Amino acid sequence: MLEVIDLECVRGDRPLFSHLSFSLRPGELLHVTGVNGSGKTTLLRTLCGLTRPQSGEIRWNGTGIKKLGDEYHSQLAYVGHTNGIQGDLTPLENLGVAASLSGSTDKSPSQIGATLERLGLKAYHHFPSKILSQGQKRRLALARLVVGRKPLWILDEPLSGLDVDSVSLMTTILMEHLAQGGMIIVTSHQEIDVETKTVLQIRIT
Amino acid sequence: MLTLIKAIGRLYRRDLTVALRRSTDILTPLIFFVIVVSLFPLGLGPEPNTLRTIAPGVIWVGALLATMLSLNRLFANDYADGTLEQMALAPFPLGLLVLTKIAAHWTLTGLPLVLISPLLAVQMNLPDSAFGTLALSLLLGTPILSLLGAVGAALTLGLRGGGVLVSLLVLPLYTPILIFGAGSVAGVMLGIDTGAHFSLLGAFLALALTFLPWATAAALRVSLD
Repeated sequence: MLEVIDLECVRGDRPLFSHLSFSLRPGELLHVTGVNGSGKTTLLRTLCGLTRPQSGEIRWNGTGIKKLGDEYHSQLAYVGHTNGIQGDLTPLENLGVAASLSGSTDKSPSQIGATLERLGLKAYHHFPSKILSQGQKRRLALARLVVGRKPLWILDEPLSGLDVDSVSLMTTILMEHLAQGGMIIVTSHQEIDVETKTVLQIRIT
Repeated sequence: MLTLIKAIGRLYRRDLTVALRRSTDILTPLIFFVIVVSLFPLGLGPEPNTLRTIAPGVIWVGALLATMLSLNRLFANDYADGTLEQMALAPFPLGLLVLTKIAAHWTLTGLPLVLISPLLAVQMNLPDSAFGTLALSLLLGTPILSLLGAVGAALTLGLRGGGVLVSLLVLPLYTPILIFGAGSVAGVMLGIDTGAHFSLLGAFLALALTFLPWATAAALRVSLD
């Protein structure tokens, strides 16, 4: 369970939001909305532990994430604005490295291949990733989530650049994750059509 | 523990693969090194004794500048494409991942400089007896240059004109390595015992290996914030 207590974030000298509190239980999705520049990305990066909050506390299963350190990182998958894809490596190599870095080295190449196939990137296995289109790169970044199987997914505009089919595939993947007791925090300007009762919404201004 | 070792092995191989696919990245510092050292005989004239006297310093300064030239590719690509962010979020100590990246960087920049140094030593009319000392001093010294440079590269990540700033930050820190590295080669030519030089270089390397990856990791976290 993720708890956020009285969080306050500033960017430079500009206060973004304060007194933000919520908690997220297994099987729940939190959809963060807000206008451009309201601090959605900063909130997500703060929740990952990349950016330090001005004040307030973030707890994972009752312990502060700063104290947990790598233990918290092993529970978390983050897809930000950048895709984390090295253009000179093939999608297969990129995903393999990402799996190792996320601590799931037990993934065999065939499992990684199956994930790529599911996300429609099978035909590009052995091409350098730089030839992929924006949407395909995004799908490759999201493939990390499927391979890593971490309980907490933090996704910054995951659907940007995706076509209609990919959006519905992604929605299915998100729903599967929730059904297995996963947690998702997502920012998106699009509606996210997951059929579950437990969608929380916060709007930061 | 096993996953950590596997992740480190994977990251090392990845960095080598990426660098080898961009062969200009590897060749640029090496060719730069050769050209800089070759300029001195052209500028000073081919007087063998003059060349011999300045050879240790020239080759060492060349190696120093070549290493610096390669520093910005250490983290810049991974920073731009978001891989660095993923590394910072990996459930492993960032210092060890950084050390792995520095090791891969040294394998493809520092090591080639060491291997080509005897060739440049011939060009600079260095006596045969000093070849081994030159290579050994560079073998001990270039990893320190990479480790120190990594801190500078991490601190200037994402800044405009970062390349120039790195030189200003890092070159003053390189001076002790230059003094003892070039000093050991000059010492051998004069027949002085160079044990002390190598002990000091070894001590620098041990210190750098112990502390600098963690300093680099801290600097990266600041740059990513």
